[in-house]
Amino acid sequence: MSEVLRSLLFIPGNNPGMIQNASVFDADGIIFDLEDAVSLEEKDAARTLISMALKTFDLSPKKIMVRVNPLNSVWGPEDVLRIASCHPDAILLPKADEKAIEACGKLLDEVEKNKGFEANSIRIFALIETAFGLEHAREIVDASSRLDGILLGGEDYTADMQIVRTREGLELSYARARLANLCKAYGLQFIDTPFTDVDDFEGLTFDIQEAIRWGATGKAAINPRQIERIQHAFMPTQKDILWAKEVLEAWSEAKKQGKGVCSLHGKMIDSPVVVRAEKILENVMAYRQKEEALS
Amino acid sequence: MINSIGRVLPEYSEGYGEIRPFAGINKNVSNSEYMNRIDTVKKHKASKRRNNLAELIRELEIKDGMTLSFHHHLRNGDKVLNMVMEQVAEMGIKDLTIAASSLFPVHAPLVGWIQKGVVTSVIASYISGPVAQSISQGDLKYPAIMHTHGGRARAIESGELVIDIAFLGAPTSDCCGNINGVQGPAACGTLGYAVSDAEYAKKVVAVTDNLVPYPAERVAISQEYVDYVLVVDSIGDPDGIVSGTTQITRNPLGLKIAAQAVKVIEASGYLKEGMSFQTGAGGTSLAVAHFLKEKMLEEGLVGSFASGGITGCLVDMFEQGMFRALLDVQCFDHEAIRSFRENSRHQAMSASKYGNPHNKGAVVDQLDVMILGATEIDQDFNVNVTTGSDGCIMGGSGGHSDTAAGAKLAIVVTQLVKKRNPIVKESVTTVTTPGESIDVLVTERGIAVNPRREDVRKQLLQAGIHLVDIKRLKEMAYELTGEPQALDKDGRIVAFVEYRDGTLIDVVRKI
Amino acid sequence: MKIERPSQAGSMESNDILIMLHPSNQSIQIQLESKVKKQFGKHIEQAIKETLDEAGVTQVLVVAKDSGALDYTIKSRVLTALSRSMEGPSYE
Repeated sequence: MSEVLRSLLFIPGNNPGMIQNASVFDADGIIFDLEDAVSLEEKDAARTLISMALKTFDLSPKKIMVRVNPLNSVWGPEDVLRIASCHPDAILLPKADEKAIEACGKLLDEVEKNKGFEANSIRIFALIETAFGLEHAREIVDASSRLDGILLGGEDYTADMQIVRTREGLELSYARARLANLCKAYGLQFIDTPFTDVDDFEGLTFDIQEAIRWGATGKAAINPRQIERIQHAFMPTQKDILWAKEVLEAWSEAKKQGKGVCSLHGKMIDSPVVVRAEKILENVMAYRQKEEALS
Repeated sequence: MINSIGRVLPEYSEGYGEIRPFAGINKNVSNSEYMNRIDTVKKHKASKRRNNLAELIRELEIKDGMTLSFHHHLRNGDKVLNMVMEQVAEMGIKDLTIAASSLFPVHAPLVGWIQKGVVTSVIASYISGPVAQSISQGDLKYPAIMHTHGGRARAIESGELVIDIAFLGAPTSDCCGNINGVQGPAACGTLGYAVSDAEYAKKVVAVTDNLVPYPAERVAISQEYVDYVLVVDSIGDPDGIVSGTTQITRNPLGLKIAAQAVKVIEASGYLKEGMSFQTGAGGTSLAVAHFLKEKMLEEGLVGSFASGGITGCLVDMFEQGMFRALLDVQCFDHEAIRSFRENSRHQAMSASKYGNPHNKGAVVDQLDVMILGATEIDQDFNVNVTTGSDGCIMGGSGGHSDTAAGAKLAIVVTQLVKKRNPIVKESVTTVTTPGESIDVLVTERGIAVNPRREDVRKQLLQAGIHLVDIKRLKEMAYELTGEPQALDKDGRIVAFVEYRDGTLIDVVRKI
Repeated sequence: MKIERPSQAGSMESNDILIMLHPSNQSIQIQLESKVKKQFGKHIEQAIKETLDEAGVTQVLVVAKDSGALDYTIKSRVLTALSRSMEGPSYE
């Protein structure tokens, strides 16, 4: 699951109306939530409902994740076993640490074997939402080859840290920077925390920019109305695209002339700049393909 | 016989007469004589003012079989119809026809009078609540007749619907019957649906709870049409006058549909300087107005007019300078009433000016873009807003068919599936508006263009909008819901659905 | 198989269905209330019955209050009610 996931929409696990319309929303991925969005009395009902939904609806090419309950809760292990039997693209594991990731991996091994699924085909995303989890992020990444990415849970993290979560989100900078760097180093996706005020679109836009600044590859959403802005923010601007094209043209001209550096509008171009330009155009291609597939 | 959209109709019906089948949206042109009933009114210098309803009813000499008319500007707060009918029923009169522009849940007492035979015929453009239920169950002696708003004005003005006595709820009146709708405790704004009744009924009674010294100002209906002015304690409950459905939806599906609809308007070339626009008062339709507003602000466009039943949402656009005028047949909320009171460019229009297909020019024909709802829509784009999928009456055309026929671009916005009901169907339960007059259908799972509008299809494709065949939308709906069981088609006819030109487009059968 | 303990699952929210199971000595009986009963009544009863059949239940009284649920929801709610009846709620 190494392709782009700009936006991931959380859908409450016990809400039939929302679940059956998941395909309608333009998010790159869906996270069916069995954890925080489901009351204690309805955990069993939600698990059955999501299992049935996964068997009933073809949501491709959207990526489908299910946030299970923590593995150390009474529901967690059963969630993983039951949900994995329906083969979602990934399990999103809350309160992740290396032990939980390892345990989850073993449960998935079991299901894949019993069900005859391809080994390692069900992936894991780790939800890091505690100070401990953040400190152990590196170990979490090493704990399973199934890991495709990390999602930062900003609400729980700031609560655990006993700090206030603000509209500006400066308090998340360390976690964002650290996880972005780690994910980049290991070729994983870093999905930023959702912005919780669903009516504040200005705040949302600022929050996405902040996440992108630190290196997030995608962002979670808790309301369908947030998706369009998230998708849009990850798309390189026309100005960026133009710049990238000019850089590559200048570079190819320089190479023809046997030069290792050249300049554009008075600024030096060397190989890191070229890599950046190539990456921008690659992203544009990837996002456009994604949009084609979703439309 | 079978009409041009394949609906099976009787040739004749008691209480209705010969049936003229629907033949296409512009096929039936008027051949009736213009009948001005003003000449029939006897001039008198005696005072018009009356203070006692019972005495007035006796003075009016109401007889069995007469037709009494009412307007619906006080909507679910209306007290006039029930008040009048209670007196009439007490006098033992029977076999009456009620010609109301619309009937609401508040008119529940009518059910009793229908069951007792006091009322044997009902004519309305929209019926909801217990009366709709009662008619659907077959309580009414003769089938109800359901007009469009424009069709009702046409029927009255052509003499097809003769009103013996019109009772006009008048938020304000003077002693000579100069009526306005903007003052008084039951202020409701414009009085567009009452105008034809006032001009053509044999006798006209203004019923008011706000008698002002002569002459009243802001006159909507003038004294030369009014025979009596009846003063009562209250004509309406202000809480019921303002309808509750005038909020923009928060449903994410509705918002997605609305955003797509605006893209359709833009891509089809109608988003331009001077555009005219109308939308119904449903949550999704209002969201279209909201997104359109953002788009018009972004592009700095000024439209010519917005029309219809006016809501606060349209008033807001108007006051921000996005339309030069509002053409208003009825005010849906307090904002609309206030705006109409304060701003001369917020103009009233009669139902006839709004949508009568046979007068010398209706506003609907000046419309560029119309946003419509649908309870059901079939593969030929025929729309039902008259009955639910269970066959029970729950609404009616109102201005649906009128605006669809007039507007250059008529867009239906609806969810594909609502509470297991597939909205796009093989065949609609009842046809209200012919598919011929619908151009585009926007749902959350895809956009379909009527094959009659090849021009629109090309423009949308050019703009990169993904289109699907309406048959595919139907399949998508049925994949989710399963195929609905067919309703009984043999039941007795309980209502005739008239197209705006007076031909019969469909019938409603007993549930 | 017979249902020994009453149980319920689902809700009266839009697009959901409330399924109540009652012990009974007779074969499967279904009492359905639904706004779409005319269009989908048989269909809904069929979905309930199939789910019970597959679970091997032969004796039960089902009271169902439907608010426009699709089949996947109907089946899920029946299954949840069944497991609640067998095991009792797991959170207790």
